[in-house]
Amino acid sequence: MTEFSADPPVPPGSTRVRPEAIRAVPLRHPWRWVSAVLVLIVLGAVVDTFATSSLHWSVVGQYIFDARILQAAVVTLYLTAIAMVVGVGLGILLAVMRLSPNRVMAWVSWLYIWFFRGTPVLVQIFFWWNINTILPYLSIGIPFTHVMVQASTNTLITPLLAAILGLGLNEAAYMAEIVRAGIISVDQGQTEAAHALGMRRSLVMRRIVLPQAMRVIVPPTGNETISMLKTTSLASIATVHELFFVQQDISNFNYRIIELVIVASVWYLAMSSVLTVFQYYIERHFARGSVRGLPPTPIQRLRRMLFQFHAAPPFGSAAEPGVEPWLPPTMPHSGM
Amino acid sequence: MATPMVRAEAVHKNFGRNEVLRGIDIEVAPREVMCIIGPSGSGKSTFLRCINHLEKIDAGRLWVDGELVGYREHGGRLHELPDREVCHKRSEIGMVFQGFNLFPHMTALENVIEAPIKVKKEAAAVATERGRALLDRVGLGDRLDAHPRQLSGGQQQRVAIARALAMQPKLMLFDEPTSALDPELVGDVLNVMRDLAHEGMTMIVVTHEMGFAREVGDSLVFMDSGVIVEAGNPRDVIGNPQEQRTKDFLSKVL
Repeated sequence: MTEFSADPPVPPGSTRVRPEAIRAVPLRHPWRWVSAVLVLIVLGAVVDTFATSSLHWSVVGQYIFDARILQAAVVTLYLTAIAMVVGVGLGILLAVMRLSPNRVMAWVSWLYIWFFRGTPVLVQIFFWWNINTILPYLSIGIPFTHVMVQASTNTLITPLLAAILGLGLNEAAYMAEIVRAGIISVDQGQTEAAHALGMRRSLVMRRIVLPQAMRVIVPPTGNETISMLKTTSLASIATVHELFFVQQDISNFNYRIIELVIVASVWYLAMSSVLTVFQYYIERHFARGSVRGLPPTPIQRLRRMLFQFHAAPPFGSAAEPGVEPWLPPTMPHSGM
Repeated sequence: MATPMVRAEAVHKNFGRNEVLRGIDIEVAPREVMCIIGPSGSGKSTFLRCINHLEKIDAGRLWVDGELVGYREHGGRLHELPDREVCHKRSEIGMVFQGFNLFPHMTALENVIEAPIKVKKEAAAVATERGRALLDRVGLGDRLDAHPRQLSGGQQQRVAIARALAMQPKLMLFDEPTSALDPELVGDVLNVMRDLAHEGMTMIVVTHEMGFAREVGDSLVFMDSGVIVEAGNPRDVIGNPQEQRTKDFLSKVL
């Protein structure tokens, strides 16, 4: 389509001959070189400072796969997962409440977000961890009767549960705003078309609005998850045996404080890198329908490169007419 | 005489202090094709949206197939219908929008079968069978798995028509179905609508396509600032308008 075709007549005075390709002297960019060298010097100085410090890398190596550290990394991961599940689930509920025509629902949602977003997570975890001091017993019962179930708060609120409550309830406030932004971003015409087909409010939300809102919701949710991975370190205040607590526990005995902080950081960095890859694939999944062709996955890119290497005709030889030597740009959807 | 498919009596609608509809009276018989023309802001789209209760009317009465739209009359008072019943009535009325409003996260076929399966609780196989047939009928039998964004505007609008027809409606509302299309794509959509009219579908079409109105329409309504200025046989209204306002409008669009 972009090729010239012989069909339209050439207007008088114009020409169809392709002029010689432009070969200009490239513009020099000396300041790019200067700034690059300066930045590398600063970086070198920083690396040198740490390399010549009394940091013992062998200690880092010794503890990086320590059984206690590995177990703590697992605790960090599942604390992140559970807190995010609580946060996303409750966040969707709060967002829908906030957009509800029911004023009371909208107001309660606003109040929740105002409170949990306005106080520090550390304080919230601390609160749940110490709730037994004001509520020694928790009970659920049928009002105005004596039928009820009672339990000691101390046994009910474990360190892990205190952390989950603190992190999850706080996250829900942020997720509610993210989900709300996603819902609002979906064109009003979508809701209208769905209503015109006789779909009810809940069905429209579930089948039409939320799937489209996901495209807006997913990227910030990925950020929230990565942020949560690191925020779980605050659970150490409730004595949850996650990475930060455990590395501190170890360094309390051997005094290798910085070495163990590095051990923990390496694990945080590794886990957040893995989450970044997940995020890429999930975003790609929810891009369906919003872009004409999905961006290829790294594996597809590799496969295409290898395949084309064989399928492409050698330079200089004419391709068989009518045969498409390249893969079409629209790749089959991956299994995600 | 048979019950009119749509009957409006002194329908009023205002958005805040802005009166959009100021007393609309019409009757659309079953199998009739009524075209509504008029300048933008004349209230024609709003009226269409009142018919399936996407908008609530503020005064007057509106019936579809002999039943009040959005209300039930009981003991001399109007009672709002519950959501469930409003939705059920909407499911019997097809609507096609100016901006298509296809669901972008679903394929053409999924767009068409969504409501039959989720609203009418049809078996997936049955809905899919009819969905395929409908898409074939609007000339898109080979694009079942395309997402809306991979289709041209004309193709999208034809999918939207198939989506509305999949609910087997007794009445079809078209809200400027060709206004957002490139001129060369308008014809395909109008052909689908013309076939539908010939098959006896009751249709109300808000349009700027005078050719279509004259050829396919059984009746024509010219609206301006919330009132019906002139109504009648399309050939008469277009060929020999009686009101000055109609003459002015037609001289600009013809």
